[in-house]
Amino acid sequence: MQASNRTLFDKVWDAHVVEKLPDGTCVLYIDRHLVHEVTSPQAFEGLRMAGRAVRRPDATIAVVDHNIPTSDRSLPILEEDSRIQVETLERNVAEFAVPYIPVRDARQGIVHVIGPEQGISLPGFTIVCGDSHTSTHGAMGALAFGIGTSEVEHVLATQTLLQKPAKNMLVRVDGILPAGCTAKDIVLTIIGTIGTAGGNGHVIEFGGEAIRALDMAGRMTVCNMSIEAGARAGMIAPDETTFAYVEGRPMAPKGEAFARACDYWRTLPSDADAIYDKTVVIDAALIEPQVTWGTSPEAVAGITATVPDPDAEPDEAKREQLRRMLAYMDLTAGQKMTDIAIDVVFIGSCTNSRIEDMRAAAAVAKGRHVAPGVRALVVPGSGLIKLQAEVEGLHTIFLDAGFEWREAGCSMCLGMNPDKLTPGQRCASTSNRNFEGRQGPGGRTHLCSPAMAAAAAVTGRLTDVRALSISQERV
Amino acid sequence: MQAFTTLTGVAAPLPLANVDTDKIIPARFLKTIKRTGLGVHLFDTLRYDESGAERPDFVLNQPAFRHAEILIAHENFGCGSSREHAPWALLDFGIRCVIAPDFADIFHANCFKNGILPVRLSREICDTLIEDAKLGGNARVTVDLARQVVVRPGGEEIPFEIDAFRKNTMLNGLDDIGQTMMHAPSIDGFESREKTEKSWMPAVSVG
Repeated sequence: MQASNRTLFDKVWDAHVVEKLPDGTCVLYIDRHLVHEVTSPQAFEGLRMAGRAVRRPDATIAVVDHNIPTSDRSLPILEEDSRIQVETLERNVAEFAVPYIPVRDARQGIVHVIGPEQGISLPGFTIVCGDSHTSTHGAMGALAFGIGTSEVEHVLATQTLLQKPAKNMLVRVDGILPAGCTAKDIVLTIIGTIGTAGGNGHVIEFGGEAIRALDMAGRMTVCNMSIEAGARAGMIAPDETTFAYVEGRPMAPKGEAFARACDYWRTLPSDADAIYDKTVVIDAALIEPQVTWGTSPEAVAGITATVPDPDAEPDEAKREQLRRMLAYMDLTAGQKMTDIAIDVVFIGSCTNSRIEDMRAAAAVAKGRHVAPGVRALVVPGSGLIKLQAEVEGLHTIFLDAGFEWREAGCSMCLGMNPDKLTPGQRCASTSNRNFEGRQGPGGRTHLCSPAMAAAAAVTGRLTDVRALSISQERV
Repeated sequence: MQAFTTLTGVAAPLPLANVDTDKIIPARFLKTIKRTGLGVHLFDTLRYDESGAERPDFVLNQPAFRHAEILIAHENFGCGSSREHAPWALLDFGIRCVIAPDFADIFHANCFKNGILPVRLSREICDTLIEDAKLGGNARVTVDLARQVVVRPGGEEIPFEIDAFRKNTMLNGLDDIGQTMMHAPSIDGFESREKTEKSWMPAVSVG
């Protein structure tokens, strides 16, 4: 008999413990393993050297996303080391019989976008990938977390991991989110509140009225950035919104099997008296559009704020860090956020590249034009999202407004492919990390929502999207 | 994996909080299919200027710390990505132990897979060790995993906590996969139960 005060995390964890070792370490079963080109070559090489096979190719999927150019897909990859990584993955999936979505397949895309899109990532699953933003899949009500390459090899060989349970943290976002604010503003507010180490050692469950009201794309944005709050994973309880999203996905259960799956998934939400090690409550009504001003995601503020003054920080080490951030970002204390001029806009990444994100950006771009001197990229998260956007005419809105409309991939999120900032360039970006050099050496990143990024593109500076009139009609 | 028993060496002070994995090894250097050779790019942007020349003020460029085997830092070391290239770069440079008040979870786990010992000690003690470390080669530090102590240059012993399972794995240089494979019958049993209890579960297939 199971205890009646378990959290969503406890339930998913308990259902996957193969064996509990005397010191509390568990052999944890993994339902889905997502593989990409950057963190897998050494893992497959390890299998080869030890003469091991992939235990469950039918629970594994591989795709390329980090390295590939987002320009013309009929051309070869010019950067030799990127091409070698892609070719290495293709050789490995062939040798180990792992299902693979190649770059010219319409289903290709960012691994964290295609998992839910294809119905690979399902509620109640344990899902891992050699990428920290695996937390994204927690939006399905799954336990999903990033692992290193040694663990990638471990899962390939055994379909399990050696893990100790994390602690439970509840982040409850009560109330109704104001107009002009999005899931991105919720999660940036959370990170600004608890800090980049606030979730260390914990799995965060996001709950409350404002979370329940989010569509699946919004939930994925929130869970995606759990890692920026230091959490091992982020999770949202599955509900009717989740089931409606899952139904009919290519690799989701069908018909009678789907009904039985739903019966199980309905048992997963946390019990009424579930016990959390830590609880944080956020009032959604107080959230405003967020932008980061520093080189850590916790260095974030509302768009109506000003750049903070390091001299006001009492702790010497923190003061020094703030000074270093402002020097790198070339900002001065007291400067208005809305006075910060930008050179580049990037709308994309596993955080914000879904069709809903494309629509939100297009609603702002419609009838406007990218400001002179600004380069603006829109990069859909998958080939299927690109096709859907084109059916809806979104690409015409973007192209007419002077945005680039590109092929699916990680693009300018991390400077591993031709899309990167040049030294000193300043970018309003819908991605997830503003670390020094993240988008290219010397590049400066301001994280924000797709609507805010589009607003920055058309005005040439960080802008409060609420001040722009936006077409309410479905574009 | 190389076993970790005791280590005596020079410790490099890096009194920064939130040292992220992009700082440890920027993403542009992840385009390798090997585990080795990343040491030259460790802390690339802190270590080299735009022209690629060494920044003389960065600790690992100073003569006393060029062969450091221990690194001492501030809170939340290794935050950011899951890239195991971060511990690979540290190891390739020669760092076998990182001491900090706390670590990001994935980086912490990745260290153990590569024979790098992450030691959690309070901020106050880290600051003391950072002061010691500034003496460079005149202040060698010992990390004794079996006894779970860090020994200061003057001989003072500072105890630290470590997970018993990971300690054993490190001391003996054990292979995680080999250890897990000893539980293969349990994994087989789990899978056959799942086949019945979660028979709705489809297989991954790209058709």
